[in-house]
Amino acid sequence: MLDHELVDMDTYSILIAGAAGQGLKKLSLLLVKVLYSAGYNVFTVEEYMSRVRGGENHLFVVFSRDRVQSPRQKADIYVPLKAGISPEAYTHISGDTLIIGDADYILEYEGQGSKYIPIELNELSHKYGSVYKNTIIGGVICGYLGLNLKVANEQIESIFSKKGNDIVEKNRVAFAEGYEIGMRNRPDKTLLMSERKSIDASYIMSGTWAVALGALTGGVNIVSFYPMSPSTGVAEAIATYSSELGVVVEQAEDEIAAIDMAIGAWFGGARALVTTSGGGFALMGESISLSGMAEIPLVIHLGQRPGPATGLPTRTMQGDLLHSRYIGHGEFPRILLSPGNIEEACSLTAEAFNLADMYQVPVIILTDQYLLDSTYNVSAEVIDSIIESFKVNKKILRNNSTYKRYSLEYPVSPRSVPGYGDGVVMCNGNEHNEYGDVTEEVEVVKKMQDKRMAKLDIIKENAPVPYIVNGDAKYMLISWGSTYNVITEALKEFDNVGYMHFKWLYPFPDGVVKLLEGKNIIVAELNSTGQFSHLLKSETGITANHKILKYDGRPFYIEEMIEAIRGIVE
Amino acid sequence: MTPEDNIFILDREVDIAWCPGCGNFGIRNILMKALSEMGLQPHNTVIVSGIGQAAKMPHYIKVNGFHTLHGRAIPIATGLKISNPELTVIAEGGDGDMYSEGGNHLLHAIRRNADITVIIHDNKIYGLTKGQPSPTTFEGVKTKSQPWGVFEEPFNTIPLAISLNASFVARTYVGNMEESVNIIKAAIEHKGLSIVEILHPCVSYNKLNTYNWYHENTYYMQDHDYYSRKKAIEKAFEFMPIPLGIFYINRKKSYVDNAVAYKNDKKPLCKRTPDIGEIKKILKDMI
Repeated sequence: MLDHELVDMDTYSILIAGAAGQGLKKLSLLLVKVLYSAGYNVFTVEEYMSRVRGGENHLFVVFSRDRVQSPRQKADIYVPLKAGISPEAYTHISGDTLIIGDADYILEYEGQGSKYIPIELNELSHKYGSVYKNTIIGGVICGYLGLNLKVANEQIESIFSKKGNDIVEKNRVAFAEGYEIGMRNRPDKTLLMSERKSIDASYIMSGTWAVALGALTGGVNIVSFYPMSPSTGVAEAIATYSSELGVVVEQAEDEIAAIDMAIGAWFGGARALVTTSGGGFALMGESISLSGMAEIPLVIHLGQRPGPATGLPTRTMQGDLLHSRYIGHGEFPRILLSPGNIEEACSLTAEAFNLADMYQVPVIILTDQYLLDSTYNVSAEVIDSIIESFKVNKKILRNNSTYKRYSLEYPVSPRSVPGYGDGVVMCNGNEHNEYGDVTEEVEVVKKMQDKRMAKLDIIKENAPVPYIVNGDAKYMLISWGSTYNVITEALKEFDNVGYMHFKWLYPFPDGVVKLLEGKNIIVAELNSTGQFSHLLKSETGITANHKILKYDGRPFYIEEMIEAIRGIVE
Repeated sequence: MTPEDNIFILDREVDIAWCPGCGNFGIRNILMKALSEMGLQPHNTVIVSGIGQAAKMPHYIKVNGFHTLHGRAIPIATGLKISNPELTVIAEGGDGDMYSEGGNHLLHAIRRNADITVIIHDNKIYGLTKGQPSPTTFEGVKTKSQPWGVFEEPFNTIPLAISLNASFVARTYVGNMEESVNIIKAAIEHKGLSIVEILHPCVSYNKLNTYNWYHENTYYMQDHDYYSRKKAIEKAFEFMPIPLGIFYINRKKSYVDNAVAYKNDKKPLCKRTPDIGEIKKILKDMI
């Protein structure tokens, strides 16, 4: 592909493989900035190991004139930053792959790719210093692709300007040297990016930042958490701006304290977010149950990673759907949401706060490492409109001396908070009467349980129907959460397959059954047991006909998704 | 004991679940007297409790309350205080609640120093679950779950809290109303985390540490310099008789004083709405 000609309308994929600490992120940032400035849509995702130094991390950079928002299995350009890269890397190399790297490192790939650009990195490192290796490699890639050097220089300045002019200049010179090498190896027809082209005004945003922005838009006042990959970034993102935004970010002593602080904050009338992953989430079970019983609103961001136990701490999986559905002892209503992409991570997280407030239930937002660590250019118009149009809807009543926190008059008893009015507010995790005092009276016990569970019916009535396209097709592919973009791209290859995507996971709205009648149903998800198929069965009685499952800690790549669908429908 | 006009007397009917003669009745009276003498109002006062006999307190006093989970009163009270610093927040529970299930929260609450008052009812036994040993049960005491006698050393909170540089550390005995009321008042007035351990008997399950036993084996410290950490630690390790009173006060910044979110704006977080302009500034860093 690349060796022969570079066509402007195609999609290209670059894979950088190296050890933690080798500056992969910096290199990808440089490429993303230059490509985006040159008028390309860009997508990156990182797959990394659970270690601070060494090991082997993979960073994918995909770019296209078209919208591109999902990873490719095959790399058009492969950049090993060290020797002895694992066999996994070979699954990303084809006979068409261009391999760029240190002359010594890329020897081992002989016979694998289509073409090699060996760089005398050691020699160049002596000249510039070893920290400039990645800048040189960035230069080689950009030179090969024929990206505009002036555009690249502007981006180098924006990245390194904080470090001073001297560093900017050194990076420019190192980049230019790499650029020369790339240009010498350039095929006749290049991407021809001599002129800057314009794409829609965008923000380069990761899933992590989208969740953070969503929470801020939703009116979050307090974020409490205990560090756990891949969920920590959300708290760190908000902490970056906590002074300007007036938000408290508190690292608790453990996940139990984290969720309890959030419950305390909601009890006081603030809005709090908890961000965690599987193991920490498991520890929160008892408090989620308290939120259900005491009818304290709560928003939990669950960044999924593969379990059981510590599992694969830095990789991806959709493995906690049923865990979220059932977590917490006893029976109580809850809402499960799962954004399909970065835009939805922003809008749905904001929405979660109003839903929690409206129904006084725990709301769990399920993302995963793949979505959180993905970045692409999102439409500025879309994000601006999410942020500007969102209305914080706090449903808090001023209390008086006759106030009953758990009034049986309505399923959702009007909520008041301490200090708001001259009455008192009593909340309780024990079964309680209308005031909130402990009771075991047989009639009240039943009425209270019925009152709480009646909220589930109201939630259900107001639940949105899933997104559906090509609803008349014989096959219906169903997915949930972060697989939305890759499946949408894959389905361009098929006209006989409909698509139903769930961002609202639980409770199911009525009407899903009707949409699925007589369909040949395929459920695609990143786990080994088909958890969504179980949920579908329990909510609708419908059994999936086929399952597309992957559970090796890596996301779906578009090629394998196309192949899996083809295997079923053709 | 409590004047009839105390505004913290409950005005709704509740069936009190404590045993006749329980030390918790005394603690309730102490608390109501202290709150009322301080001029506090029920609607601005909150008791967050864990689980156990002690944790039933918010139902028996006219205040805002949250009867939560075993061991979790402190983090919930902390979240509440951060969300609305204008409230007077008390976290209350027994020795099992605060030292066993919630032990780690207590340690970190000391570090965090939120302006809440932690009241621990210490009767050295589990009452609600009917007679198992607690972290403060004395060595050798025989219980239903340790019929051979407890061999673990009891938890000693006072020196532990002082060693962590807690900002207010006190111990009192339910049998002395006047001293206890003064200590509770000082604890609530103190800005920062206040720890008050209240010794009291369990008339049903603790046959060792009775009212008489406490009368004979405790005393209130006189002329103790509670601003001296060294002297506080010395007193804290004294045992038999057990010293009572305020051991240590350290006037340091509370959590809310340190929180950047409250640096430029004193408005309680629960009353704030998002600033769209500031949120949109973040987006400028994403271009």
